[in-house]
Amino acid sequence: MIPPGRRAFRSLAVTIVPGAARLDAEGWQDVEARIEAALRTRPPRLRRGLRLLVLALEWSPLLRHRRRFSRLDDARRTQILDRVQRSPNLLLRRGFWGLRTLVLLGYYGRSEVRRSVGYRADPDGWAALMGDFPTGPEDGIEGGS
Amino acid sequence: MIDRAYDVVIIGSGAGGGTVALGLAPLAEQGRRVLVLEQGPRLADEEFTGEELEMAEALYADSGGFLTADGTMTLAFGRVYGGSTAVYTGTSLIAEPRVVESWGVPGLSHTDLAERSRRFAEQNNVHLLEPVEINENNTLFAAGCEQAGFEAQQFPVNVKGCRGSSLCNLGCPNAAKQGTDRVQLPAAERRGVEVVSRAEATRIEEKLVVVRVSAAPAGGKGSPSEWEPGEYRVRAGAVVVAGGAVGSPALLLRSGFGKRLPRLGEGFTCHPAFILVGEHSREITNDVGHPKSYYVDRAVEEGYVLETCMYFPFVTAKSLVGFGATNESFLRAFPRLQMILVLACDRATAGNRVAVDSRGQPVVHYRFTDEVVRALAAGTRASARIFFGAGAARVHVPLASPPELRAPEAGEIDERIRPEHFVAGTVPVSAAHLMGGCGMGSSAADSVTDSWGRVHEHPWLRVADSSLFPDSLQINPYLTIMALADRVAEAIREDAIR
Repeated sequence: MIPPGRRAFRSLAVTIVPGAARLDAEGWQDVEARIEAALRTRPPRLRRGLRLLVLALEWSPLLRHRRRFSRLDDARRTQILDRVQRSPNLLLRRGFWGLRTLVLLGYYGRSEVRRSVGYRADPDGWAALMGDFPTGPEDGIEGGS
Repeated sequence: MIDRAYDVVIIGSGAGGGTVALGLAPLAEQGRRVLVLEQGPRLADEEFTGEELEMAEALYADSGGFLTADGTMTLAFGRVYGGSTAVYTGTSLIAEPRVVESWGVPGLSHTDLAERSRRFAEQNNVHLLEPVEINENNTLFAAGCEQAGFEAQQFPVNVKGCRGSSLCNLGCPNAAKQGTDRVQLPAAERRGVEVVSRAEATRIEEKLVVVRVSAAPAGGKGSPSEWEPGEYRVRAGAVVVAGGAVGSPALLLRSGFGKRLPRLGEGFTCHPAFILVGEHSREITNDVGHPKSYYVDRAVEEGYVLETCMYFPFVTAKSLVGFGATNESFLRAFPRLQMILVLACDRATAGNRVAVDSRGQPVVHYRFTDEVVRALAAGTRASARIFFGAGAARVHVPLASPPELRAPEAGEIDERIRPEHFVAGTVPVSAAHLMGGCGMGSSAADSVTDSWGRVHEHPWLRVADSSLFPDSLQINPYLTIMALADRVAEAIREDAIR
């Protein structure tokens, strides 16, 4: 989905998650690889549709603003995507929902990002957080209904 | 095509299939051949890492993002040894009498279901967590309920040795959750029931199941199938379909059973839900401890149920409506977030159904009724009150525009949170309680099976999963699925001695 419209895709991604603007080249590669991996198991028509949506969004402001999406300032980009997500056209809304989901997957799927937002879940649970974990009764039935 | 023969073939290994498997273990011990086919893989304990994306890919159909036909809701269901019992939170409630009675299924009583449910609750170590085990995400919910005038009830859960990883929905990394993958299936296998993973039932014919066994993908989780990859024709004296409320109707439809069963696929319900987050001014324990300890049941009065919940960064991010800096600021407050799940108690409605496409793949048609949207709005208003009652500084509510409410605006909850703000395809709705499609009843005119899961006019074929529900259960469904599946196993045992 990404190679032909990388610039367009990244400008959309940064509008959806402004923190993505801080990604370095390696970070972007990681985000894009996660998205490509997620799309690999999806039907080809879905991938085609998303590629088309990225390109359509990139060129859609040309008439009104005389610039491509990736050349607009943040406020205008936000305005455009807000219109798209509220569009009366369900196809457009769900297309944007799909794109948004993929961007969020690529970004928040990164362990660096999860750490940076303070996500602490650990298989060791209470022990990982506090060095100990509370114990309750492990057998016997209480309050089955 | 390789030929095999069994006395009973069970398709699916979740709450339904796993229960039938153990229920038929006495037959296996007597030398009858009982087979369970599971489409997903079987994972080793050490493969449950709690990593969000890799576990979602390994455990769920479509990584948990199976879309309805119009693309406005995602459905989450497990595709792994143990089915959805590997990925639920283990909340264990017994069906309400009013719900079972409203189904009006001849031969099915609440008393019988409740007795069987209690037996499975005992088998699965269902109990209430001690106060010391309950995290602040949950205690704040209870406190907020008290402030806002709602009655919070504690969920009984089926854990043993819970370390509080909070990762239940990604498969417990400590083998603490007592799903069929930990209790019924291993016990059944020890007693001679055969379980084959990566085995998809592609078609059912008269006393025959066509099965495709897949190779393990390179680099993927899970062991190779117990059978060599390839196509199999498995003959069976009895076939039990337990592939869940999407898989079971789809399998029967693509096998041609719809011609004589006009209700096949109809009556699909799913408790459409969304996640709300509230931010507190201090860090709380949220992503540690069991995620789901309390609920508020307003099904009768307002058509919704609220549950505590805790999700992972990606799921949380995609559950917020909209995009941009405000959403990101909620994510950056992760250690301060409280979460509530709002579930609408939808009812079986004409048009909401499971179908199959030209390739036989399941397609779920679902339209949000006005009642569902009103219930989601009422649940959202209640949740906002609970968040603010618990002391939250701000709340993200999908049914307000803009979707952020701050504590000083708490007095505007009724004006700001409106059903009119529900826009399908913009508001992120998901569902994990998938029900109906092979509903029980009295004849093929009104249903697919009888109260013992026997498919009308096909005495060798039974259904044993949540697709049996004639209408939504209005609570978490797994104990009821087990109770119904237990009836199916009992009926097959009785058939065997006739």
